[in-house]
Formats: sequence, C-alpha cells, structure tokens
Amino acid sequence: MTLTKAELADLLFERVGLNKREAKDMVEAFFEEIRNALEVGDGVKLSGFGNFQLRDKPQRPGRNPKTGQEIPITARRVVTFHASQKLKADVEQAYDGTTV
Amino acid sequence: MTKSELIARLAERFPQLVAKDADFAVKMILDAMSDALVRGDRIEIRGFGSFALNYRPPRVGRNPKSGDKVSVPAKWVPHFKAGKELRERVDKTA
Repeated sequence: MTLTKAELADLLFERVGLNKREAKDMVEAFFEEIRNALEVGDGVKLSGFGNFQLRDKPQRPGRNPKTGQEIPITARRVVTFHASQKLKADVEQAYDGTTV
Repeated sequence: MTKSELIARLAERFPQLVAKDADFAVKMILDAMSDALVRGDRIEIRGFGSFALNYRPPRVGRNPKSGDKVSVPAKWVPHFKAGKELRERVDKTA
C-alpha cells in the first residue's frame, strides 16, 4: 500500500468533515505551504513528525558512470528530512528487525 | 515554519472554514503519514517527494564513554526523497 494525496483527501472528507473540493484543496495547500517555506530558505519543523532542513552543498568532482568522464557536480541547495524521535521510535518498535 | 505557523497559513487560505478545521486537518494529515510509515507503507506525494523506510543492518557499535562493544540490532528508519518540483524550486541555481 502507498499513501497518496487522494487517500489523505478522503480522510479529511470522512473525518474532518470538509467537502470533497475543500479536502482536495487542503491537502494540496498543505504540501504547497511546505514547499513555499523551503523555497524561500525557511526550514520546516513539524513537531512529532520531523523537520525539513536546507543544506547548501559545495561543488564536488563527479564522474559519468557510463563513460567514466570526470564532470563537476555543481553547488546546489538540497532538502533533507529528519524524522522526529517519536516517529523513529514508533517505526523501530513496529519493525524490530525480525520481519526482514 | 512551525506546525502552528503552517496551520495559520492554511487557515488564511481557507477563510470559509473555521480555524479549528485547518488545525484538525494538519494533525490528521501528519498522523496518517506517521501511521503509514509505522505500518511499513510508502508515502508518495507527486511534486513534493516520497517517504519510505530504509533498512539498517545489525552492527557492533561501541559505547563512546567506556569503549565497550555493544551489538546494535537491525532497524528500519524513515527516509525522505524530494520530488522533482521541490528539488527545482529549492535550488535556484538549477
């Protein structure tokens, strides 16, 4: 099973009582507001779930794996996610390594 | 941006809803996402990114204070991979 925006919208329709249109728009707006914050360089902290942070990576040497040719990987800004202690603990408890 | 700031921004976007709805919606979405990962399910949000669990094999670690060997069991950890739109919007040099 994979959780997608459609299931999240269904949940808001069934459990929060938004109409179908509002539920779909709310889910879209939820992710759009997080993108907006990250786009302007603002990290996002969602307590109990995790933090989205921005990292500025310097240029580094890279290689085309097919041709072996050296090409620089340009400097860039990337998003990293750090799950909260609570989420990490809940996941670890559900998956204690015995189910592999 | 914190969770309460996110709720405030969403409440502003939906003036027809009562503020409580934005609050409830955010908590509901985050709970559903956490529950999915705890079940071992993936989350895929087009244009934003995907969440999945990554496996960490068992290893022998050390207590940094005493130097004693300790066995660290295998575990699963949440992992996020940014989607194309998010990657491009965050990286202005691209």
